[in-house]
Amino acid sequence: MSGAFNSGAIIETDGLTREFRIRDGKRRRLLTAVEGLTVRIEPGEAVGYIGANGAGKSTTIKMLTGILVPTAGRVLTCGLRPVPDQRRLARQVGVVFGQRSQLWWDLPVRESFSILAAIHSLTRAEETGRTGELVEQLELGGFLSVPVRQLSLGQRMRAEVAAALLHSPRLVILDEPTIGPAYGQIQERVREISELKAQF
Amino acid sequence: MLSRHETRERLRPYRAVLASRARSQRAYRTSFALDLASSTLVGLVELAEVWVLFSNVTALGGMRFNQILLVFGLADLSFSLADLSFGHLDTLPDFLRAGTLDAFYLRPQPILLQLITSDISLRRLARAAVGAAALGIGLVTARVTWGPGTVILLPLALVSGYGTFAALFVWAAGLQFFLLDGAEMTNAFVYGGRYAATQPASVWSRPLKLVFGFFFPMAFTAYLPAVTMLGLPGPDWLPTWLGWCAPAAAVWSWLMGLLCWRWGLRHYQGGGG
Repeated sequence: MSGAFNSGAIIETDGLTREFRIRDGKRRRLLTAVEGLTVRIEPGEAVGYIGANGAGKSTTIKMLTGILVPTAGRVLTCGLRPVPDQRRLARQVGVVFGQRSQLWWDLPVRESFSILAAIHSLTRAEETGRTGELVEQLELGGFLSVPVRQLSLGQRMRAEVAAALLHSPRLVILDEPTIGPAYGQIQERVREISELKAQF
Repeated sequence: MLSRHETRERLRPYRAVLASRARSQRAYRTSFALDLASSTLVGLVELAEVWVLFSNVTALGGMRFNQILLVFGLADLSFSLADLSFGHLDTLPDFLRAGTLDAFYLRPQPILLQLITSDISLRRLARAAVGAAALGIGLVTARVTWGPGTVILLPLALVSGYGTFAALFVWAAGLQFFLLDGAEMTNAFVYGGRYAATQPASVWSRPLKLVFGFFFPMAFTAYLPAVTMLGLPGPDWLPTWLGWCAPAAAVWSWLMGLLCWRWGLRHYQGGGG
């Protein structure tokens, strides 16, 4: 395994492990959130990562994106080491955290996009072109001028997905992208994601 | 060296966020006006406190009222400006609890710079105005010995004071990673530090001189530069010439602040690197 590490995969982990020290009453104990995860995902693949609540999905995503340092094991995302190369990686990854907005709650959606375009150093022309594409594909036109705090959960999630795609990342990670719609609509959401993948 | 265009591009993300924050604060005019008014009132009450004290004594720690105005003005002006641009760092526990700090990791700028430029409290301009007025009156009435030295020392003291207070906010933010609910405790040091800075350090006991004179170098933000400008003899441990060391105090504060921040961030990510 170690010999093949860093050979062009978009995500590659080897024995990735994360433990947390938690307080349990008066005692402290170790909680293993992710244990020995070894996975290899090629560019162009779409992979679903499922598990029960507390199974370690978000912890894995945080290690892939440089937010958390692994307790053990190795990880390469887009060929970069997430923690030391965090700022370079940020240019190549787009993440949607379903529970946490990346948009500015008091600003219209359009203005949030504009700030994110500045953050990712898009030129005005790139910003206009890219925003236009995303508005069309994700059908955001009806609420571009509405402050984020006034959006429905479904509308906000679409705006969040657009925000994550704005800088044309090589890798898109969606953490709980299906919150908001009723259970029956989740399948439809998954189909939408597949369509988006084909388009971008 | 970066060209002008490159510098503009580097600063564009920060400008975009700050401009949106400033716009959103001014958008609600009544609320903004009320904020400004209450902020002015707080500044005036603090100034009145000094005035009440001096209606009972003629001198405190070897300084008269108009000399204290100089200390108060220097400290309050530089603190208010630091509070305007760094004060919101004390909301870090909210980010940590809500998990929204993670969004900063997904952007290609340094986390601390993003956090500093994530907001600006324009209402603090009112407090800065109170500080500037006190400083102006102090400078005119306290018989400052004007010369090239004073002309250099005044802006040097203000810039260094701003730097020292700003670093204090960074210092406190770094500790929040460990404390979570510790904003109360760190605020005691930040706002206690501001209060100490408006006082003549000559009245402090030796332990206080150590804590607020050197470790958190509050005496360097206003009292010591004022003593130097007025040509007064400094108290024990704080000679007159120390006023010129205000920039060193700012550098020390930033070193400690950044160390604390780095330490806190590592703790947040789970140690190591």
